[in-house]
Amino acid sequence: MRYERPATIEDVTALLASGGEKSFVLAGGTDLLVRMKNDAFEADLIVDIKAIEGMSDVTRTADGFEIGAAVPCAALGENAELSRVWPGVVEAANLIGSTQIQGRCTISGNLCNASPAADSVPAMVAAGALARIAGPDGRRTVPVQDIPQGPGKTSLRKGEFIEAIVLPDPGPRSGDAYLRFIPRTEMDIAVVGVGVQLTLAEDGSIASARVALGAVGPKVIEATEAAETIIGTRLDQPALDALAAVCSEVSTPIADKRGTVDFRKQVVGVLAARAAKIAYQRAGED
Amino acid sequence: MASLPVSTTINSDDVEYLCHADESLLDVLRDRLGLMGAKEGCGTGDCGACSVIMDGRVVCSCLVLGAEAEGRNIETIEGMADGNTLHPLQQKFIEHAALQCGICTPGFLMAAKALLDTNPDPSEEEIRFWLAGNLCRCTGYDKIVRAVADAAIVMREERA
Ligand SMILES: Cc1cc2nc3c(=O)[nH]c(=O)nc-3n(C[C@H](O)[C@H](O)[C@H](O)COP(=O)(O)OP(=O)(O)OC[C@H]3O[C@@H](n4cnc5c(N)ncnc54)[C@H](O)[C@@H]3O)c2cc1C
Ligand code: FES
Ligand code: FES
Repeated sequence: MRYERPATIEDVTALLASGGEKSFVLAGGTDLLVRMKNDAFEADLIVDIKAIEGMSDVTRTADGFEIGAAVPCAALGENAELSRVWPGVVEAANLIGSTQIQGRCTISGNLCNASPAADSVPAMVAAGALARIAGPDGRRTVPVQDIPQGPGKTSLRKGEFIEAIVLPDPGPRSGDAYLRFIPRTEMDIAVVGVGVQLTLAEDGSIASARVALGAVGPKVIEATEAAETIIGTRLDQPALDALAAVCSEVSTPIADKRGTVDFRKQVVGVLAARAAKIAYQRAGED
Repeated sequence: MASLPVSTTINSDDVEYLCHADESLLDVLRDRLGLMGAKEGCGTGDCGACSVIMDGRVVCSCLVLGAEAEGRNIETIEGMADGNTLHPLQQKFIEHAALQCGICTPGFLMAAKALLDTNPDPSEEEIRFWLAGNLCRCTGYDKIVRAVADAAIVMREERA
């Protein structure tokens, strides 16, 4: 195995493009290095992106935030401005693993690992986050939900990697939230995860909404039909019931030791309603 | 496999070593540098026995490559005491009997140090959450949490 720590984005894409089949970006390594141990598989090439200037920065731009692909999740929680504007995304990122994992793990790595249960992904999808991709042929930007294609599979092409996650400004009267269900209080993999983002009209009714469901399908589900059930409402009980029902309906979970299909379908509705209430309250205070 | 030369700082000393590309920092510390304080409990980020502080953040050294230490600042349990004077955390772990077999102890101490370096007055809940990535099969945690809270008091008094 080769280890490289290039100083520029161009060098990363060139290395990845010329590397063998098993060439990987190394961000926090909390998935990659575990996999290298567990599966006893040998990588051909590992490209560490942490020496690239700016890659470890959270930048406030005119219309949002750019989170470099090497920013550890702990640094997101330490960023007061980001935590104020996108509390749900930050909470989801800070749920990943332990203190030790937080010091290393990244949201780009969480996304590119393409686990259906990745905690930060539903929160990013609800937030309308974009992935800025650098590749041998230049840059492209896609919605984050276009990255995972199924367990362990992404839409990134040979030589491409994510250089930053872009979180747009949500505008006034907005709020977001992420909730997950796990059997313990920490250090566990989501049985179900739900991200919700809302923006209110001046009269307090919901003007726009986004709902994203994790761990109830092979990849994150953007539940547009579910979001539509609460748009125009003030999140009264019928709206919450409708939201929960549609989330259950559009979920396609598997049964495993963590939960049956019926259980996951029920929990996804319950969590969606609870997350929506938190997002609604935050939007009201914004 | 070719060896990579690495220059780093460990417990304030400039250190240089050669390591393989796929070798963990934990293996480098233990097998190449003779720093046996960090332990391997799981090798997969679950137990925290291998905790070290890298550039101010506590990390699992089993999930860091030795090559990644280039240019970084690493603190291990070997650098915690000041000569023969134990760090308040070490002293309080002894006083509270916060260890039995001791396998988890270096990891708990490094994680607790990282906590108190940034948060000198943590609540019990904050201590428990912060240390959730450190597993102990012997003590039942209460003594560890009390030792950390007590050390925090000593360290605040020392600073005042
Ligand atoms: C003890 C433990 C607990 C955990 N708990 C949780 C949890 O609660 N919730 C959760 O969701 N996950 C959890 N995880 C999984 C893991 O920590 C997260 O998925 C983390 O966000 C991965 O980020 P990373 O930077 O460490 O990724 P890495 O391991 O560096 O990379 C992961 C994968 O993505 C690729 N990659 C990384 N960055 C990029 C990029 N910028 N562009 C293209 N490809 C890239 C890598 O090549 C690799 O295939 C846990 C892991 C451990 C060891
Ligand atoms: S040995 Fe590193 S976390 Fe267990
Ligand atoms: S004292 Fe034995 S594992 Fe903690």
